Amino acid sequence: MTDTLTPVLTANWADDRAWTLSAYAEQGGYDALDVALGMSPEEVQTTVKDSGLRGRGGAGFPTGVKWGFLPPPDPENPKPRYLVVNADESEPGTCKDIPLMMASPHTLVEGVIISSYAIRAERAFIYVRGEVLHVIRRLRAAVREAYEAGHLGTDIHGSGYDLELVVHAGAGAYICGEETALLDSLEGRRGQPRLRPPFPAVAGLYASPTVINNAESIASVPAIVKNGADWFAGMGTEKSAGFGIFSLSGHVKKPGQYEAPLGITLRELIDLAGGVREGHELKFWTPGGSSTPLFTDEHLDVPLDFEGVQAAGSMLGTRALQIFDDSVCVVRAVLRWTEFYKHESCGKCTPCREGTWWLVQVLERLEKGDGEPGDLDLLLDQCDNILGRSFCALGDGATSPITSSIKYFRDEYLAHLEHGGCPFDARKSTAWADPVVEPVETTPEEAVAHD
Amino acid sequence: MSLAPETYDELREIAGRYPQARSGLLPMLHLVQSVEGRVTPEGIEACASVLGLTAAEVSGVATFYTMYKRHPVGTHHVGVCTNTLCAVMGGDEIFACLREKLEVGNDETTADGKITLEHIECNAACDYAPVVMVNWEFFDNQTPESASQLVDDLREGREVVASRGAKITSWREAERVLAGFEDGLVDEGSAAGPASVVGLELARERGWAAPGDTRGSVEVPQQMPEAVEEADTSRAESETIAEEASDD
Repeated sequence: MTDTLTPVLTANWADDRAWTLSAYAEQGGYDALDVALGMSPEEVQTTVKDSGLRGRGGAGFPTGVKWGFLPPPDPENPKPRYLVVNADESEPGTCKDIPLMMASPHTLVEGVIISSYAIRAERAFIYVRGEVLHVIRRLRAAVREAYEAGHLGTDIHGSGYDLELVVHAGAGAYICGEETALLDSLEGRRGQPRLRPPFPAVAGLYASPTVINNAESIASVPAIVKNGADWFAGMGTEKSAGFGIFSLSGHVKKPGQYEAPLGITLRELIDLAGGVREGHELKFWTPGGSSTPLFTDEHLDVPLDFEGVQAAGSMLGTRALQIFDDSVCVVRAVLRWTEFYKHESCGKCTPCREGTWWLVQVLERLEKGDGEPGDLDLLLDQCDNILGRSFCALGDGATSPITSSIKYFRDEYLAHLEHGGCPFDARKSTAWADPVVEPVETTPEEAVAHD
Repeated sequence: MSLAPETYDELREIAGRYPQARSGLLPMLHLVQSVEGRVTPEGIEACASVLGLTAAEVSGVATFYTMYKRHPVGTHHVGVCTNTLCAVMGGDEIFACLREKLEVGNDETTADGKITLEHIECNAACDYAPVVMVNWEFFDNQTPESASQLVDDLREGREVVASRGAKITSWREAERVLAGFEDGLVDEGSAAGPASVVGLELARERGWAAPGDTRGSVEVPQQMPEAVEEADTSRAESETIAEEASDD
């Protein structure tokens, strides 16, 4: 039986100067690249496909299958192929790729080289959100070191394979996490999603065959190549193979990153995290970011794999487990997320552009106690006009917190009307409201003293 | 005033990193901000001329992204996360405190030109909530008091070091890094903050690892013998239960 936690991607994060090539190489870094270069690109693809790795950016599409969608090379019309890494981590609650790239950027870089080799791409891009300065420094330095060591550039490790890799910083737009919007942004345009088909595998970056994968997916590839497909498939559940980083945040005693086989439950994770904040109980949580329907304490034993979460009415998403205790007003939480979707809506399609504005207006008056009971049905009707009718998943995601919160907490919405406003005291939810938590100071060491 | 020839050279250098030059536009606009302190009409013209686009096309891109500013930004950009989780954990209180203290509204700059305050969306550091960003560097687990001290230090020009990152330079210098020019600060700061390794440390304590990985369990016996024993016992128990269950 597999252990409860299985650090692989996180295994070297506590190492001294883990971000440097020397520290990474000392732990066997770039050995997997030699293994891969000793195989044919097709064999590497097969290994990743057989491992059962599914996209770690939320949708869970099998990575190896996605690679297989690239059309076979056409000698008549040779178009370059591209690998683009989606490191635009912006889904509220999601905080796994950023620490990965900060601590061990070479894990991602090695994954990029192996994956590019597997799909026969000669150029790759890491699209990282712009708001993470130090992460961008670390990525650029890692790429520079990899070039200097001959892991990137021409004739990599004497294999005859060439690869150029560019780290590209975004400029603040959640929508660029949507893969076709990301491509438009990478082409120097407004980041708006594209109509599909054609899919990026056929006409992606510069209308060329392109694979776009999440940073954690690509970072998982070296370990799979090194240890084999069976090793990876031996962890997790039957249809959700392997390990993933679970990010716990909010009202638990030890928030942070927990790398575990897929299928672990929130009950187990909260236990590992020392429990919910002292004197409080779990009220609601997101299994995979704000775009995945909320869960409550009824769902503590749902296996956190793709099938288990879906069967319980939500989505595994990015394993962004935001934990809210009984001090938190669900209406306030949902309103804030809705304001986020309104702000981030790219404006391309009407249901999302207009719909998110209407949702905010209705939620605002409900939160203030100015609404009426019929507003709940109005909200659900508005959601019905957005879900499945918007151009991309941003609009769909905007409806998730609303419909799920009305499903589980209808009475709490109504209490705002009876109370003439929010019946909760927001101060009781803060990190410093908890008498058990020490007040924090400004220095980095002390800032985390409540651990 | 048009941009200096050196800036044009750097804009061309950025465009040259890509198979198609227009891909360089986002980093080019970051460079414009580092030189001009905002996206100026001259900066837009410069990008347009390097890429063979119209000024309207470049403006259309510049206005889409939140990080590009059309008004002058202060020496430092202070962003307070007020997306749901950080807001609930205290981000709203921190933002209100800084607004009052600095006497500015959202996306406004203090009279002395030192600080631009903005409430920002989720910055992927939820395990350190509430989070404040200075020039896009992480300041973790903030309180109204710590954030207040932070902006005092910034205004007084005292040395300020990110929780996970380097010592603070300025918003303009940060924008230059985003444009793709290294500043030599990569080796400052730690690999990971405490919350990032909380699962790793727990796994080491309890002797948990991925199959075939001996790395985690090596140090354990010296460090936490009781925890290991406890973990082994509980694991043995759960394995027994699992075996019993599979017998059914």
